[in-house]
Amino acid sequence: MCTLNRSGRYHTSGFFSPILTLLIMIASLLSGPAYAAQAVDNFSAPLKQLLEFDFDIKQQAIEQLAKSDDERVDRIFKTLLNGDLYYRKEDQALVYVFSTDDGYALTGVLDNASLGVVSKREIKKITVNNQLRELLSGLIAERGMSNRNPAVRLNSVKEMIGQVGEPDRDRLQKLLVSETDQRVSRALHIALAMLDVVHGDKQKQLAAVVALGESDYTESRNRLQQVLKQATAADDSALAKQVKTSLHAIQLRAERYQALETVFFGISLGSVLLLAAIGLAITFGVMGVINMAHGELMMIGAYTTYVVQLLMPNYIEWSLLVAVPAAFIVAGLFGVAIERGVIRFLYGRPLETLLATFGISLVLQQLVRSIFSPLNRSVQTPAWMSGSWEINAVLSLTYNRLYIIVFSLLVFAALLAILKKTPLGLQVRAVSQNRTMARAMGIRTEWVDAMTFGLGSGIAGVAGVALSQLTNVGPNLGQSYIIDSFMVVVFGGVGNLWGTLVGAMSLGVANKFLEPWAGAVLAKIFILIFIILFIQKRPRGLFPQKGRAAEN
Amino acid sequence: MSFINTLIKLIEQDRVGRYLFSALLAIAIMVPVLNLLVPEGSSLHLSTYVVTLLGKYLCYALLALALDLVWGYGGILSLGHGVFFALGGYAMGMYMMRQIGSRGVYGNPELPDFMVFLNWHELPWYWFGFDHFWFAVLMIVLIPGLLAFVFGWLAFRSRVTGVYLSIITQALTFAFMLAFFRNEMGFGGNNGLTDFKDILGFELQHGGTRNVLFVLSALALAAGYLLCRYIVNSKFGRVVVAIRDAEARTRFIGYKVESYKLWLFIISAVMAGIAGALYVPQVGIINPGEFSPLNSIELVVWVAVGGRGTLFGAIVGALLVNFAKTFFTGALPEVWLFALGGMFIVVTLFLPRGLVGLYQQSREKYLAGRAA
Amino acid sequence: MKALEQLRETMRRDRVFDFMAGSHLVHPGEIDTRHGPILYVENVNVSFDGFKALNDLTLYIDDGELRCIIGPNGAGKTTMMDVITGKTRPDSGTVFFGQTMDLTRMTEYEIASSGIGRKFQKPTIFPEHTVFENLELAMHMDKGVWSSLQFRLSGEQKDRIEEVMQTINLLAQCHTAAGLLSHGQKQWLEIGMLLTQSPRLLLVDEPVAGMTHQEIEHTAELLTGLAGKHSVVVVEHDMDFIRSIAKKVTVLHEGHVLAEGDMEAIQNDPRVIEVYLGE
Repeated sequence: MCTLNRSGRYHTSGFFSPILTLLIMIASLLSGPAYAAQAVDNFSAPLKQLLEFDFDIKQQAIEQLAKSDDERVDRIFKTLLNGDLYYRKEDQALVYVFSTDDGYALTGVLDNASLGVVSKREIKKITVNNQLRELLSGLIAERGMSNRNPAVRLNSVKEMIGQVGEPDRDRLQKLLVSETDQRVSRALHIALAMLDVVHGDKQKQLAAVVALGESDYTESRNRLQQVLKQATAADDSALAKQVKTSLHAIQLRAERYQALETVFFGISLGSVLLLAAIGLAITFGVMGVINMAHGELMMIGAYTTYVVQLLMPNYIEWSLLVAVPAAFIVAGLFGVAIERGVIRFLYGRPLETLLATFGISLVLQQLVRSIFSPLNRSVQTPAWMSGSWEINAVLSLTYNRLYIIVFSLLVFAALLAILKKTPLGLQVRAVSQNRTMARAMGIRTEWVDAMTFGLGSGIAGVAGVALSQLTNVGPNLGQSYIIDSFMVVVFGGVGNLWGTLVGAMSLGVANKFLEPWAGAVLAKIFILIFIILFIQKRPRGLFPQKGRAAEN
Repeated sequence: MSFINTLIKLIEQDRVGRYLFSALLAIAIMVPVLNLLVPEGSSLHLSTYVVTLLGKYLCYALLALALDLVWGYGGILSLGHGVFFALGGYAMGMYMMRQIGSRGVYGNPELPDFMVFLNWHELPWYWFGFDHFWFAVLMIVLIPGLLAFVFGWLAFRSRVTGVYLSIITQALTFAFMLAFFRNEMGFGGNNGLTDFKDILGFELQHGGTRNVLFVLSALALAAGYLLCRYIVNSKFGRVVVAIRDAEARTRFIGYKVESYKLWLFIISAVMAGIAGALYVPQVGIINPGEFSPLNSIELVVWVAVGGRGTLFGAIVGALLVNFAKTFFTGALPEVWLFALGGMFIVVTLFLPRGLVGLYQQSREKYLAGRAA
Repeated sequence: MKALEQLRETMRRDRVFDFMAGSHLVHPGEIDTRHGPILYVENVNVSFDGFKALNDLTLYIDDGELRCIIGPNGAGKTTMMDVITGKTRPDSGTVFFGQTMDLTRMTEYEIASSGIGRKFQKPTIFPEHTVFENLELAMHMDKGVWSSLQFRLSGEQKDRIEEVMQTINLLAQCHTAAGLLSHGQKQWLEIGMLLTQSPRLLLVDEPVAGMTHQEIEHTAELLTGLAGKHSVVVVEHDMDFIRSIAKKVTVLHEGHVLAEGDMEAIQNDPRVIEVYLGE
């Protein structure tokens, strides 16, 4: 798994690149076998040489491989550098090795095909010495920095910054001249500044300190701290002062990014809460029905995702797109069944509804336990959901959180549109304001009730799809969210979707800001206590319904 | 003297109550006899396990009674009554923990095992006093009472009612659960308090102690019932029901509604705390799981199944549902949640007044039929 | 924008959080009516979401007076009663009971126990309690928690309840659950509760809705009989009923007093005819 993590991380610069990657992956999936067969010959000779015992022959082989611009070479080099490249004893085929519970899983170096699980005895490591390591790391850096893809170049330069030495200067300067991408050339400047700050003359040193002060790499910060020590030792007050200013600037920015990141985490937690609570806001807020089985409807959505993935194991990338409507329909149907079967007999008796729906939640939980087993099921995350968007060296936002924020806002907007713009929405509002009058006007209130409840439940199902990407999918999934969702709805004000949005986001952000100094559990307790106290002051939430209608 | 007269009058007027007292008296005598005097080989012998189980049920019944007082009469559906039960239990557990002394695994005379394990060097301040039984008893009453006071004072003054109240009581017990799961709280974290040795010098594993605890539970239940009956038969009880049915109206004829609710809530919380304190020595453990919202909601089912607002119904419900639970979780574990869930649904849909209500209805019908 | 206002409202410095504000001591029986009026409603404004339910309402009720209040729907009659009994807090203005008691700073129960009774538009009684218990609950006495726990009905109180049951014609239903009574009987029961409560000031909202002609007459007798010892404010739509009891009538329109005077003057007031009687 280690190897995969190291090389499988996406360092992409744009927001849409995961989709691009997705397309490339699909393309390579389709053209895979032909491509591999043709490439074998170019590789096989030097690769065979890697198995030789003599390090000189290995060196030749590496240099030979370095001439190829095949992307697989990079992985081979990296693996070799880490001492993780093996060959299979029986047929001397080069393999990548992943340690699993059962033994060592092999994949072919050439075609990336899975070769089964073997024991340690059947494989042998390809050893390297220090000289080869040096060669390899140089080659990797060079190949990276001359890659056509600016993202790869940027990454290579970044990796270089920590270990840049005087011999690299010429190469860096050469690259800087030809570099067209702004981000890469900025990184190259920083790398050069790392050199100047140590080896340059006074003026260059000062300029380098200023330049490093504008960057956010840990390495540049460390370097500045070293320089500060030296400058203090050498009694160079001008330099020391400049270094301090730069360090302070770095510190300030780091704090700002930290806060920004916390806000991001908070908003992403808030959007999960929003997804969980928004369906509840409809059933509770619009219909006045306390649905304790709401969490279980989310659970149903999550299990729908699981089933969808079981049904289309080869198209995991697309599974979520299918799961969203599927979960909406499945959970929505469950919702309609619950409304028709139980809730409609209990309108106007909120406490009884609460109890009955709690009973339903227990039944649903046990149902899932009986059908799918009480253990957690693993739902896979499509590749385009993993990875992160690296804004700079300090701040990176993970894609799954970003997608969930966007997704929850989309769901919110869709729901708002349904309630404001469609005939159903009009009828729902009419029924929630005056049931008898609505009925007198010819609205089929029973149908509206069922549809509203189905809508709320369907949204819970959709929330379940999102949750399946964040937490374990198990029978208890719903329970852990139900209290939070109620808190959000009550905090935001019942019957007010915007209140739910504001409530969810502010609770999410507050939670994340409390976490660093209170710990996750205490933060949650504080939030609960805060809401309990808040309800005292504003029993109807942040955005209460006003006027005569609210009195009863 | 007048107090005793009042009690006698209460019992005289309360037909169902007389049945209950006779039944409690009977088992309080019979159970120890069957356990201690009947030889083990006999088919009439009750094992100590069953005695403990029955004792546990009686504690649950007392807890259900406490909930019925606030829910059935006051209309306050607390989904967090387990919090008072658990706090009472913890107070008792802390006393028994201190009684272990140097007999723990680590043999530390001052600190309970889990504190030694956490590398603590002295007893946290809130553990002081719990080596005295009287202090623990005081806390069993005071802590749930105080929490109920603070929470109720805040909630009732701001007129948080109905489902809002239910939801924040649930949040309350949830918050307590999270807090008690933390090792830093100093209540044994995940594992809670357990491995108790003795209470007031009597060995907990000893059959005699078990029987005494059982009889005490029966007495507590009887006393609890009597107290509740006194309360609901007094004008206080009538005011409380009036608040349940028409809160605003009760205010407009001059009752300070929040005080009534508050006192009702406190009395109920203290009863729940006592139930918890009797429960813990019998089961031998108290852990944060007792705070879980599910427990509190299960408690609501007991009362709903038995019939709320009848006192007797709460007791019947607690005994029946828990008997069913013991049976199902033993014989058909996967069916239990279906059964429990089904009970919620069936009772709310078809038996709004519970089993006792059903019985009363059919009895009224029968009497009416005979009169005609 | 609304959110901002809400926030500002929450943060207002001159308001203490409700749970921190002290309560106001009430001394029943200290109603200072030396200047004549028992109730002073002055410049009261109430609005719901921009709708002005009460608009600079000013009204005085004399001690022992029987006052009728009429007005079309939405004129603010019920809101006015809500303000007096503490159910609704005015946005501005003052309401004094006697010279000394500021009703806008008292809670509902404090207002009730200081001597203001109210009968609601929709009869609200305690459905699970018997007629007797309903009257007992309303009865004028110490209504604290502790005294309720120890309370025993005295013979005198029992006589009083029976007397009231006689008056409201519910003696036969003494042990019937109030929820089983007919609509008219519920109206009577609520009036009966006002009688046992025996307040200085009675606010009666539509007392005769759903009553037979005979019952209406009986009610009229009852209310006029109460005046003098008590002050009575009646809100009613039934003009015949008003005519039969009214000495002084106040007409409310759009949240403020349109006209005030005896029945005849009111009936001839062109403004009143325009908004109300003329329809």
